[in-house]
Amino acid sequence: MAQRTPLYDRHVALGASMVEFAGYDMPIQYSNMRDEHTAVRQRAGIFDLSHMGEVRIGGADPVAAVQRLITNDLDRIGEGRAQYTAMCNDDGGIIDDLVVYRGVAECWIVVNASRRAVDVDWMRAHLRDGATLHDASDETALIAVQGPRAVSVVAPLVSGVDVAGLRPFAYGWGATVAGVEGVVVSRTGYTGEDGVELYVDAPRAGQVWDALLEAGRSVDMLPCGLGARDTLRLEAGLRLYGQDMDESVDPFSAGLGWVVKLDKDDFIGAGALRAIKENGAPRRFAGLRMSGRAIARHGMPVLHEDAQVGEVTSGTYSFTLGCGIATASLRSDVPGDVALQVDIRGTRADAEQVPLPFYKRPSNT
Amino acid sequence: MPDLSGFRFTASHEWVDGGSRVGITDYAQQQLGDVIFLELPEVGRTLSAGERFGVIESVKAASDLYAPVGGRVAEVNDALVDAPEKVNSDPYGEGWLMRLEEVDEAGAELLDLEAYEKVASGH
Repeated sequence: MAQRTPLYDRHVALGASMVEFAGYDMPIQYSNMRDEHTAVRQRAGIFDLSHMGEVRIGGADPVAAVQRLITNDLDRIGEGRAQYTAMCNDDGGIIDDLVVYRGVAECWIVVNASRRAVDVDWMRAHLRDGATLHDASDETALIAVQGPRAVSVVAPLVSGVDVAGLRPFAYGWGATVAGVEGVVVSRTGYTGEDGVELYVDAPRAGQVWDALLEAGRSVDMLPCGLGARDTLRLEAGLRLYGQDMDESVDPFSAGLGWVVKLDKDDFIGAGALRAIKENGAPRRFAGLRMSGRAIARHGMPVLHEDAQVGEVTSGTYSFTLGCGIATASLRSDVPGDVALQVDIRGTRADAEQVPLPFYKRPSNT
Repeated sequence: MPDLSGFRFTASHEWVDGGSRVGITDYAQQQLGDVIFLELPEVGRTLSAGERFGVIESVKAASDLYAPVGGRVAEVNDALVDAPEKVNSDPYGEGWLMRLEEVDEAGAELLDLEAYEKVASGH
């Protein structure tokens, strides 16, 4: 039987369609994906992401312990900042993509629910002497409020952290939100919009959710499911582990070369990644804009002049652009300016290579 | 609830009405979620009951469509090309998919509303 987040009963009461995802019963949609997607692009949406895992690294020199595990460089951010990164195996294959929060006495690592067990085993096996690891996933709920009005919904409920003053990827801890203490408030998200993520003690999550839902009424905020989360993240060009990458894919091939910092101290996979960078990655990651409405989906062949040159990694319909969009893993020798096609159930659909992201939020919000 | 007298249903969630229009049920559109694309047959094509006649695609998934009865395709709902969401908003009305003529019920496995509702509710 699937696990439930602390907010499960609230989702059911709101009329959500529930599906099993990464071992959890999660809301896929409450009303419909288009309305939920549009709410986040234009106003605000609230998501329960409590299935995500949170791993705390403490003890002696937690930053050094995390540095050894990740490809990005924590020395480039200060305390109170978060950083997106990959965690690779010795061959440079991506074990997971992570967000690391650099704290004072510890670092938090947010991991994909589907990879939590693998990640925790890997981290424990490769932890530096003196460092400690605590898997806080079950005791931690995660609520995201995303959209141009997100900060105006969240900020009035928060004391102890200046939400409006947080820069992107900055966070504050020890906040009190709607009477619940000890909340971590972070200016992060997975939608391409401005937004806030709140890490809350699981037993108190309902109180925070209820207060946020009530506060969101003034801007017509909607509760949003995993369906809208996927269309939003794909428009924003953000990766989904298990679809866009797995352990057979290196960060360069996944278009994540920018999170590999080979000039920092040694880390797991550094040797293999250096060789891949010097010799050229076998694959490149491309955005595809589809000519029609049919959706190119994960695994469908990508063709150039009748020859298969890659596969679709993720695809959906873009509610913002009004066309199909997809990302693809292509052979690295495929030129970036040639027309491609996707074989959708035997029918070839024209696909134009376009830069990622598909959608970028207006800079004035 | 719209007036569904004269409508008959399939276990694969299509309907056919007294005027031989064909569509998908309200339950089916709810399960699919936001419909964004339809692949419908050419006018004039002859279908037999149970034959795959097209594809309906939502953001979640693509599903095959099966003819509830046989017949010749007299008309397809061209309005769905630009507004496939009509299948969600009005599955028994403006969201119709095609109209058949020279209907042939040989091999058709049709359910009345009461029997279909049992199928849809899983009992």
